[in-house]
Amino acid sequence: MRPALLRQVAAFVATVVVIQLASVAGEKAFLLTQLTMSAYYTLVVLGLSLFMGYAGQISLGHAAFFAVGGYTSAVMTTFDLGPFRSTAWVAAAGKVGLLATRTDAFGSQVLAFHPWPAMACAVLLTAAIAFAVGVPVLKLKGHYLAMATLGLGTIVYSVALGTATLGAADGISGVPPLPVLPGIAVGGNGSRIANYYVAGTVLAVSMLLLLNLVHSRVGRALRAIHGAEDAASAMGVDTAHYKVRTFVLSAAMAGLAGVLLTHYNGSIGPSEASIMKSVKYVAIVAVGGMGSLWGTLAASMVLNFLSLRGYFGTLDDAVFGTILVVVMLFAPQGILAIDLRRALRFLRPTRGAPAEPG
Amino acid sequence: MLRIRNLDAGYGSLTVLRRVSIHVKPGEIVAIVGANGAGKSTLLKTIVGLVRPRAGEVLFEGTDVSRTPTEAIVRAGCSLVPEGRQVFADMTVWENLLLGAHVQRGKGGRAGLQADLDRICGLFPVLAERRRQLAGTLSGGEQQMLAMGRALMAHPRLLMLDEPSMGLAPLIVRDIFDIVVRISAAGSTVLLVEQNARSALKVAHRGYVLETGTITMQGTSEELLANRDVQRAYLGKDANEESERGAP
Repeated sequence: MRPALLRQVAAFVATVVVIQLASVAGEKAFLLTQLTMSAYYTLVVLGLSLFMGYAGQISLGHAAFFAVGGYTSAVMTTFDLGPFRSTAWVAAAGKVGLLATRTDAFGSQVLAFHPWPAMACAVLLTAAIAFAVGVPVLKLKGHYLAMATLGLGTIVYSVALGTATLGAADGISGVPPLPVLPGIAVGGNGSRIANYYVAGTVLAVSMLLLLNLVHSRVGRALRAIHGAEDAASAMGVDTAHYKVRTFVLSAAMAGLAGVLLTHYNGSIGPSEASIMKSVKYVAIVAVGGMGSLWGTLAASMVLNFLSLRGYFGTLDDAVFGTILVVVMLFAPQGILAIDLRRALRFLRPTRGAPAEPG
Repeated sequence: MLRIRNLDAGYGSLTVLRRVSIHVKPGEIVAIVGANGAGKSTLLKTIVGLVRPRAGEVLFEGTDVSRTPTEAIVRAGCSLVPEGRQVFADMTVWENLLLGAHVQRGKGGRAGLQADLDRICGLFPVLAERRRQLAGTLSGGEQQMLAMGRALMAHPRLLMLDEPSMGLAPLIVRDIFDIVVRISAAGSTVLLVEQNARSALKVAHRGYVLETGTITMQGTSEELLANRDVQRAYLGKDANEESERGAP
């Protein structure tokens, strides 16, 4: 582990603590709820930033991966297996401790999967879908993945909206909390501050893993692919293989984020799978700078927080669409990469100025 | 080492190479000379699997690699220094070299890696001086050395160079070709393609002339350097007379 990376992550952890203390001191601890939700959405965006920045591809299906994770977990932890208690596989699953009995909001007993095995299934299913989509498409050069994931997004949204078992337009509610440590759980009546720290820890650990990946042999290969794909192949880098692996990793992160936020909210609905959500994630990555993980983290926390607090009102989708257009026009490398001197020169165009050398 | 038989290759509906046959023996330096657009780069790209042949075979050490993925060909010991260097501009000199060792995973470990880096720095001392510099900030000659060093990190038995002299000052070109001779003396076989026929044939043992996708001539470097057609077309001899006669 590089000391520089550890210092960066330590600074992040310190920021998390300062924000929590400030919010409690300012008697605005309710803001921690939106920050917690933002943190889980940030997990999606971080994976997407890694994929877009390092594999040079765009995914318009990350909301779908989020939804696959969230819905899988929601169904597995709420679907009552009580009537099937005597079937062989339910009995077997119960024997190895995969099932848990709890009392739902209406006071009846529900036998369903424990949240942890449900999470494992959810993340694995998301990764498997990403693998199935990615393997054929990422062999091609060009932006075919954007098309394929757009299709996937449409399918997942329609299925979520049109399937009775998935609650159709209402989605699934009554998802039990995910126990983390004794007395601490994601969601339920767990403390707001504890949940905030769980989300902060998830983000910090993800950043550690991603930064390490970027600075490893794999990250070097990924940067080479983005720099000059043919030269990277000539070095013996299996470009298609690395693109698929990055895609699957980023999809799995989206799936995990879906699981965590579903437990936190206690519910999930089809709007999580909508194409606009995917566009929103892409817009946030664009603001933060593709492949710039800290930039993406900052952009995502701020924009998601503002969006969740309702600052953009009914124009939410329009705001993110506009952000995407403006960033692509004026700061394609992300907000942090803006050269202020150049930007100022742009504001004062002189008549008949010579064209800038290309 | 390398034997190519009746190779056809191209892009889309465009056929670039027609029935090309060449071979390279272990320890040789072989030069393929020809004009711009003759198909020299396509030939090297086809050997390493970046372009797929339409017909014919590419035998590397006796095995047909015409359907083998590029990374497996590189792992088997055939490395390409691409045209225009193609160093990874946003990465440091050191990272570029480490990337060259990408296929060496697990072989030799850290000590082996360090030994390789030392070996490359012995060949190109300037790379050691500039190890922390971004590759994009190097001069053309230094980038060429980095591209060659990067390819050598993979321990190629066959090193292929695509236009190593392109865009370099004559003095630097001489340095580059001196290094090619030293690489060959150190045990690598070299296949290079060049527009700069004179420099290439001076260091090569044998050569081929590639014209619009077909091999039109082959022989030892001495034979080719002495050949009148080669002299006129590629070595610039008689060029003054030609242009004087051709002028209205």
